[in-house]
Amino acid sequence: MSLKLGVPSKGRLMEQTFDWFGARGVTLKRTGSEREYAGAVEGAEGVELVLLSAGEIPRELAAGRIHLGVTGSDLVRDKLADWDRQVCELCSMGFGHADLVIAVPAAWIDVSTLDDLDAAAAAFRRCHGQRLRIATKYHRLVRDFLQANGVADYQLVDSQGATEGTVKNLTAEAIADITSSGETLKANHLKILDDALIHQSQATLFAARCADWQGASAAYRALAARLGLPETSF
Amino acid sequence: MAGKARARATADRLFAAFVAAGALPVEADILQPAEVLLDLYGEDIRARAYVTSDPLRGEMMLRPDFTVPVVQMHMAHGAEPARYAYQGEVFRKQEHLSERKSEFFQVGFELFARENPSDADAEVFALFADLLSPLSLRAATGDIGLLLAAVRGLKTLESRKAALLRHIWRPRRFTQLLERFGGRSPVPASRQALLAAQGTRPAPAPLVGLRSEAEITARLAALAEDAAAPPVSAEEVAFLEDLLNLSAPSVMALAHLRDLARAMPHLAPAVDRMEARLDALAARGVAVDSLAFEASHGRTTLEYYDGFVFSFHAADPALPPVASGGRYDALTAVLGAGRSIPAVGGVIRPGLVADLEDTA
Repeated sequence: MSLKLGVPSKGRLMEQTFDWFGARGVTLKRTGSEREYAGAVEGAEGVELVLLSAGEIPRELAAGRIHLGVTGSDLVRDKLADWDRQVCELCSMGFGHADLVIAVPAAWIDVSTLDDLDAAAAAFRRCHGQRLRIATKYHRLVRDFLQANGVADYQLVDSQGATEGTVKNLTAEAIADITSSGETLKANHLKILDDALIHQSQATLFAARCADWQGASAAYRALAARLGLPETSF
Repeated sequence: MAGKARARATADRLFAAFVAAGALPVEADILQPAEVLLDLYGEDIRARAYVTSDPLRGEMMLRPDFTVPVVQMHMAHGAEPARYAYQGEVFRKQEHLSERKSEFFQVGFELFARENPSDADAEVFALFADLLSPLSLRAATGDIGLLLAAVRGLKTLESRKAALLRHIWRPRRFTQLLERFGGRSPVPASRQALLAAQGTRPAPAPLVGLRSEAEITARLAALAEDAAAPPVSAEEVAFLEDLLNLSAPSVMALAHLRDLARAMPHLAPAVDRMEARLDALAARGVAVDSLAFEASHGRTTLEYYDGFVFSFHAADPALPPVASGGRYDALTAVLGAGRSIPAVGGVIRPGLVADLEDTA
């Protein structure tokens, strides 16, 4: 049986993943036509490449259908309950950096901290009869963060894209989203709270704790030596 | 571990005991509208309750407890006073890998009565203590009403008291606020800059969203008022902390609370209520000399108790409480659409009772 390595199937994340492995003597490439999701590995024995959407890699790792997977550390923390008991963080890969932050309208000059957000949420609920809406796709991370910091009277509304536009479109009062330069936030008249950095994400190589490692362990040892990964058991 | 059949049989037995104590049997739907529960508990409940969507009724939750539907039913058409008993499964998501169950039986008893709340508290506690007595459990009690009274009596801005009351069930946040209102933690730099520039700073961007200019102005005024007000006195903060940390057998705790009430006179009515409750408990045969009292008992999120609280625990600290309950007068007002009635009740987990009977 081979070791299954799941990597993002398209875009910049895929290219950077290929570059990262390539720099360590392991060549990943797509095969077949440009539209076919098939891949090959050269330079590591017994490793099978599985091309997946980055958002599905946490789930595939948790199910043990792949042994190793490359995805954002934010996605693993958001999609998997007790993530560090389901997967093992092998290596931060140094690209795909993004910060998950909470942002509010820049015109809210009275709100700079979570403490302010909580007070504004309480007043908003009294005034509008509904909880202050925060648009996000990172439900678990945001909810855990706000709960730990004692923010109440908010509700999370799901937003799978163009989240910065939800405030202007009156479907949310604030947002929690990833940002790298902050330019999109600024263009949409939003600002980041001083103390609401929820997670600093980057592309990370994970191992599945519940995958069947029998038969894959020899391939892992060889790959680990190549990539300079820990020689642990999962 | 006892299987479902044993848990159900134990539930039947406890339910019969509640009915024998005068309760009317009631039922509740397993699928509850999510909106009511979300408005009551906030977003935190999503981490604990299974949410599902109904094509016509919108978001629904698998009932995480019976209290809300039972209160709604009583407020809609209940006679007074009323005693209710119910049993059935409740569902709680577990966010951490553990032995804790996400589906288990509950048997409950609720008492709605306007007269003599101390005796109502005692009736419910004594009923639970009696039913659980063969298991030699450790009982713990508290009284959220004391904390509410202590905060309401502070000599400070109403807005500060409201903020503390809103977070009384979030101990960490409560402490943070108390530190700030007591002048013991620094004002954040952003707040200082804002207060210094009051009224002179142009808005940095056009206003987007539903929160209006008037709301921003109102909060700026509240911040200015707060900055101008003197801190909560060190003496008051110390008394409040003394109260929050109080943990002693009930009779000793009462004596200590009497001392505290000399310094915080607004505490006296709540202390009187505790004394009346201890008398009522003693009259029903509860050994109040040794009954544990912790002032901070019941201060957890996803709770709604605002008076007497109690729980019964097995020796193994990894197990959840075998039974818990308390007074929730304010909840009936929230769900009563303008009406309210004092209420107290509790639940037992029959599956745990069965496990403990097996190992006894």
